[in-house]
Amino acid sequence: MLAEIGFGVLVFTFFLTLYTLGAALYGEWKRLDAVVESARQAMLLTWPLLTLSALTLIYLLVNNSYQVSFVYEVTSRSMPAYLKATALWGGQAGSLVFWAWLMSAFTSLVALRKWERDRELLPWVLVVAAVTLAFFLSLIVFFENPFLRYWQTAEGDIIRAVFQPARTLPFIPSDGRGLNPLLRHPGMIIHPPMLYLGFVSFVIPYAFAMAALITNRSDDRWIHLTRRWTLWAWLFLSLGLVLGGRWAYDVLGWGGYWAWDPVEIAAFMPWLTGTAFLHSVMIQEKRGMFKQWNMILIILTYALVIFGTFLTRSGVLSSVHAFAQSAIGPMFFGFIALTFFSSVGLLIYRWESLKADVEIKSLFSRESLFLFNNLLFMSVLVVCFWGVLFPLLSELFTNQKVTVGPPFYERATAPLFAALMFLMGAAPLSTWGSASARTIGRALWKPAVAAALVTVVLFFTYSRNGIALIGFFLIALVLFVTLYEFWRAVRARRKAHRENIFSAFWNLFGRNRRRYGGYVVHISMMLMAIGILGIELFQKETQGTLALHQSLVLDGYRLEYRDIARFPAPDSREVTRAVVNVYQGERYLGQLYPRIDYYPEAKQNMTIPGQRPTLRDDLYVLLVDWEPASASGATFKVYVNPLVNWLWLGSLLFFVGILIAAWPERERRTES
Amino acid sequence: MKSRSFLLFIVVFALTLLGPVEAFAQGSAPSDDDVNRIAKELYCPVCENTPLDVCPTQACAEWREQIRLMLAEGKTDAEIKQYFVDYYGARVLAEPPRQGFNWLAYLVPPVLIAFGIFVLARTLKGWAKHDITESHGGESEPQAEVDEYVRRLEEELHKRQ
Repeated sequence: MLAEIGFGVLVFTFFLTLYTLGAALYGEWKRLDAVVESARQAMLLTWPLLTLSALTLIYLLVNNSYQVSFVYEVTSRSMPAYLKATALWGGQAGSLVFWAWLMSAFTSLVALRKWERDRELLPWVLVVAAVTLAFFLSLIVFFENPFLRYWQTAEGDIIRAVFQPARTLPFIPSDGRGLNPLLRHPGMIIHPPMLYLGFVSFVIPYAFAMAALITNRSDDRWIHLTRRWTLWAWLFLSLGLVLGGRWAYDVLGWGGYWAWDPVEIAAFMPWLTGTAFLHSVMIQEKRGMFKQWNMILIILTYALVIFGTFLTRSGVLSSVHAFAQSAIGPMFFGFIALTFFSSVGLLIYRWESLKADVEIKSLFSRESLFLFNNLLFMSVLVVCFWGVLFPLLSELFTNQKVTVGPPFYERATAPLFAALMFLMGAAPLSTWGSASARTIGRALWKPAVAAALVTVVLFFTYSRNGIALIGFFLIALVLFVTLYEFWRAVRARRKAHRENIFSAFWNLFGRNRRRYGGYVVHISMMLMAIGILGIELFQKETQGTLALHQSLVLDGYRLEYRDIARFPAPDSREVTRAVVNVYQGERYLGQLYPRIDYYPEAKQNMTIPGQRPTLRDDLYVLLVDWEPASASGATFKVYVNPLVNWLWLGSLLFFVGILIAAWPERERRTES
Repeated sequence: MKSRSFLLFIVVFALTLLGPVEAFAQGSAPSDDDVNRIAKELYCPVCENTPLDVCPTQACAEWREQIRLMLAEGKTDAEIKQYFVDYYGARVLAEPPRQGFNWLAYLVPPVLIAFGIFVLARTLKGWAKHDITESHGGESEPQAEVDEYVRRLEEELHKRQ
């Protein structure tokens, strides 16, 4: 009964979304306010309806309703309730329901707030959002239905259908297959919703951009209205990427956080265009420039959001042939083509009206530097896009499968990221409108000298690796420039308002949240860069099979194999846990407990590392799961990952920075 | 001159993508680390995007043993890699081999980026020309709009010094 209700609600919501689309279009065409209002009410209704449908599915998941095939595929009796509930996004059909639910929630939020004020744009925002929502609902209703149930025919065959077919009996498996063990990590429970939140939030600025094009509003109203949406979208997408990296580091057991896997790159690409957009809109707001370029960026971001979902959901990555056989692959492809080419067509149609009021006068002005920043982000995007696409093209045209792996991406993107870091150092010192090489040079030389001194010290004390030294120089440059900017502003506030250093610092954020939040993000990026440089350039590893009390030595650490135990865990895992004593020279540092968790229902191992994190490095010890592990011999793989914990520290600061930037600016209103 | 620097950019970028030439060494009694040194440069022929040194499947365990055997036989790293390519195809390598259709993997990004730089340079040049024409036309050049907040900060600093 519940499955029928859940499915019925989905079908009704799909038609309601089509009604929203039709009514908004017709109402705008005929200038019928009542019809447009009815479209808005219909859209507002989609959210409670999809909430009901999603809650129905969660109820089925939590209550072991294994007749429902989705529940059977992603849960099992031994899973705790919270994992059963979050298994909603553990499989394809459920994750599409979650996508649609978020989409309707965000669109409802937009439709609820300030409808009268933005009456000109909002009906068209509804149209664009309804097109996207209707597409995802059509995928769920026609291709990936999470409410299909198992039925047994008289011949003993098992078939799937929502409603009971004639001459069949319900078939209820006694237990489910259970969620993929890799997805049971806390990072993986939060990571997909964060990515989806980021993806879906970017649909809103896109919808406003399209509404501006349709209504021929060439001003930056749409940017003002979606500024905060964009920041939140960027925050969630960044959170999703970082949590994904942390999950990989903790669970996948290969001593790293980023493998340049196509699935990772699928989420990284909209982040690149989104980051370029975030910088570029500032120029439109300040100088009325780059209106066409901002449209291109938001169209690209939307296309890449759908493309990212397509890459991970269509099976195209395993093989182009799997894509052709997948039900939703061609649908996604068609939708991306339709929305991309119609958006670009609309932009071309409005091209002239979006010409800038002002033009760039200096190569060294802040807008120029932002333009170079955009070029670099686009260049990284080109490398990523081509790297993901090339294996598919190779298979299609030459029938030869190839891998485009980390060496390709790292060599191509490293100089681009270095250039981006340099710009991060120079841009805050330039001014809008006009600036010369001389004025920037005058402001830059002191931080550059300080960064050079840091580099010299590192040369004598830490490393003589040329690439690392260039990296550390750029990091130090950005940090000094940013701290100098803070110091300059705090000093001015102290003198102007007679504030102490702490209140001056605090009030600075209140005065211009976006600027100083942005600077905090820059600092956090540099902390992350320290971690990335450390693990990429200085990672060390060794592997060996040890009997009890034997040791492995790596980079000054000695690891002594002390004990091993095998025991069942409450959630049906079979745990094999080793005890390893860690020494640095003769100094005892503590114990680590690398383990292998075996999930019998999935017949799968997970290798959980024993970690000793410090700011200097991360000692990361794995019990290798493909070798037998016993007291007479267990194989350990040990990594020393220098500086990697700066990456996670930087990530925390990064979120603080975005929160500051996205927070409403109350003080500005009171001061002005 | 300009087209030459452009060509130079493409060549330099393509060379960056191509990377360094590998040099291999091997020992007579292969350790796990010797095996992993080669295995981490090969990709599992069955799983998607998984390097051989960390792939937990039984097949990969056997392939690692194969590497160990070949090292013990005195095969070089290059010979071992070639063995896997011959048996399982180019997908076992971390990058497409530099031949035939695969050259596109290395050439398309620098060409597209160079095109981006070209478009940007032309746009900036066009703006600069436009600006010169305007100022020659007798119109007074609008005063540069400096960042308001920085300007005020500087002003306050100077007043107090």
